[in-house]
Amino acid sequence: MKVLVPVKEVVTVDDAFEIDGTAIDERYLSADLNEWDDYAIEEAVQLQEDGVVDEVVTVTIGDEDTEQTIRQALAKGADRAIRVWDDALEEVDLLDVGAKVAILESVVEAEEPDLVLTGVQSGDDSFGATGVALAEAVGTQWAAVVNQLDLDNGADVASVHRELEGGMEELTDVDLPAVLSIQTGINEPRYASLRGIRMAQRKELDHQTLADLGVETEAVAGDLELTSMYEPESESDTTVFDGSADDTAGQLAELLREKGVAQ
Amino acid sequence: MSDILTIAEHRQGELRDVSLELLTAGAELAEETGGDLHVAVISGDVDAYAEELDREGVDAIHTVAYGEEFNHDVYTQAVTQLVDSIGASYVLGANSVNGLDYLPAVATRLDVPLVTDVVGLETAGETLTATREMYGGKVETTVDVEETPAVVTIRGAEWPVAEGEGSAAVEAFEAEIDEDAIGSSVNGFEEVAGGDVDISEADLLVSVGRGIDEEENLELIEELAAALDATMSSSRPIVDAGWLPANRQVGQSGKVVTPDVYIAIGISGAVQHVAGMKGSDTIVAINTDPNAPIMDIADYAIHDDLFDVVPALIEQFS
Repeated sequence: MKVLVPVKEVVTVDDAFEIDGTAIDERYLSADLNEWDDYAIEEAVQLQEDGVVDEVVTVTIGDEDTEQTIRQALAKGADRAIRVWDDALEEVDLLDVGAKVAILESVVEAEEPDLVLTGVQSGDDSFGATGVALAEAVGTQWAAVVNQLDLDNGADVASVHRELEGGMEELTDVDLPAVLSIQTGINEPRYASLRGIRMAQRKELDHQTLADLGVETEAVAGDLELTSMYEPESESDTTVFDGSADDTAGQLAELLREKGVAQ
Repeated sequence: MSDILTIAEHRQGELRDVSLELLTAGAELAEETGGDLHVAVISGDVDAYAEELDREGVDAIHTVAYGEEFNHDVYTQAVTQLVDSIGASYVLGANSVNGLDYLPAVATRLDVPLVTDVVGLETAGETLTATREMYGGKVETTVDVEETPAVVTIRGAEWPVAEGEGSAAVEAFEAEIDEDAIGSSVNGFEEVAGGDVDISEADLLVSVGRGIDEEENLELIEELAAALDATMSSSRPIVDAGWLPANRQVGQSGKVVTPDVYIAIGISGAVQHVAGMKGSDTIVAINTDPNAPIMDIADYAIHDDLFDVVPALIEQFS
C-alpha cells in the first residue's frame, strides 16, 4: 500500500508585524512545517512501521526554500518527496482550494496512492478543504477531521473516528482508496533523529513543474482574489494591569478576591 | 437577482445553532441581491426541522428525506442537485466538521469557487466579498469572488440566530441518491470520556495553553490552581501532547465552559478555543503577546511572561 502525504510549509508571523499591501512584510515571517501535516506524516510512518504501508511519499507545492521543510518530513520517515513549483505559481497571491487541488490531482493520478493523508487545515490560510475537494476530484472516498485511524494490512476499508464538536466522535467506515484529513492529537509526532536527518539528505526529492504534471497555468490562477489585509480592530475594552510581575499579580489577586472566587 | 441556498445542520435529532445563524447570513445576502432565500434540510426528521427553520425571511424550505444522520455522500449528491434545481447563486453552509466533510466536494463537483471559514459577507453587483482570517486570527483579509454559483462556509457564532416566525413554502425534494456512490457508512457516535472532573461546573478555571512550553512546567499551574482552589483546564495543544486528559479541554471539540472567572495562561486564543470559553463572566489573559486574539475578548490582561506572573500570583495566596 502506498500513502501520499501533501506537506505544506506555512508562514508564521511574529507577535509584532507590519502589513505591506495584501501581505505581511517578510521581515516578520518565518517558515515552518504545517502542524496538522506533521501528524499526517507521523500517521503514515506509523502505518509503515506496522507493516500496513509499503511506501510513504510526500508532495509539496513550494519554491526551493521549502526543501528544508520537505527534508524534515523525509527525516521523520517518508521515503521520497515531490516538490511542485514554477514561475506561474510565483505570481499567485492566494493559492485557493481549486488551484491546490488541480496540482495535487495530477500528482495523485501519477502516483496512484491507496491512501492520501492531508492535515485538516494549514496554519496560515486555514481553508480546511483541500483533502475533501481532492478526493472528489480524483473520484475516491474521504473523511474529514480524523482523530483515530484503524487500518489492517490488505484491508479495503479504513475505520476512522471523526472528531465532531462538543466532545463527540463519529465512527465511520470509509472504502479505499481514500483521502483522510488528519486532526492534531491523533498520535505523537516524532522528532527527527540525527540518523533520520542524515538519511533524509540521500532520499529522492523530485522537482516537477506544472508542465511536467500536465497542469494548465490557468488552473492555478484561482477563483478568489485577495483584495485587502488588515489587523482586526479590537472591540474589547480590556483593562490592562501594568507594572512588574509582583504589581500585576497583586492587581489580579485583588480582582479575584473582589469577584469572590479566591480568598 | 441571485437566489441563496443555505443547508441546515443537525445531529442526533437536534438542529445545530449554526443552522439558524445561516438563515441570518442568507437573509442578509438575499436582501442585497434581491433574490430568494432557500433552505435545505437533509436526513432525519426533516418535517420537524422544517418547522423550526421557518423563520422570517425564508422563502422556501426543501426537505430531503433520506437516512437518519449526516452522510457526506448523500449530502453531496442532494446539495449538487438542489443547486441545479433552484439555480442558486450562493450556497451557504456551516464551517463545521461536517460542513467541511461535504461542501468542498460540492464545490468540486459543480466546478465552482469555494470560500471557507467566512466571518463577513457582502455583495455588490456580481461580486461577493468575503471576510476571512489568516495566520491564526492575526490578520483579516477580504477576498472577492466574481463567479456564481459559489460555495461559502460561515464560521459559527458570527451571525445571530434568525428569529421571528416565517411563512415559507415547504417542499419535499426528490433527490436521486445513487446508492452505489455511497462509499462511507456511519456506524455510531461516541462521547469522549468524562473522567472525574467536570470543568463545565467550575466557578474558577485556571486554563493553560501552549505558552507553558514543557510538560514539567504544568506543575506551576497545578500549584496555582491549588493556591486558588480552582479547577485546571487547558487549550487543545496541551491535550494533543498528552499532558492533560481530554476531559480538561476547553473549546469547540472539547467542553464549553461558563465560569465566573476564566484565567487564560499562555493561551493565544484560537477561534476553536474561544468558542468554548467566551461565555465566561470575567476573562483574564496572561500572555506576552499584546496582539494575541485572546486579548480581543479578555476583560483583564497582563502582557507579561507567565513564568514571572504565575509565581508572583501563587505568592499572593500563600
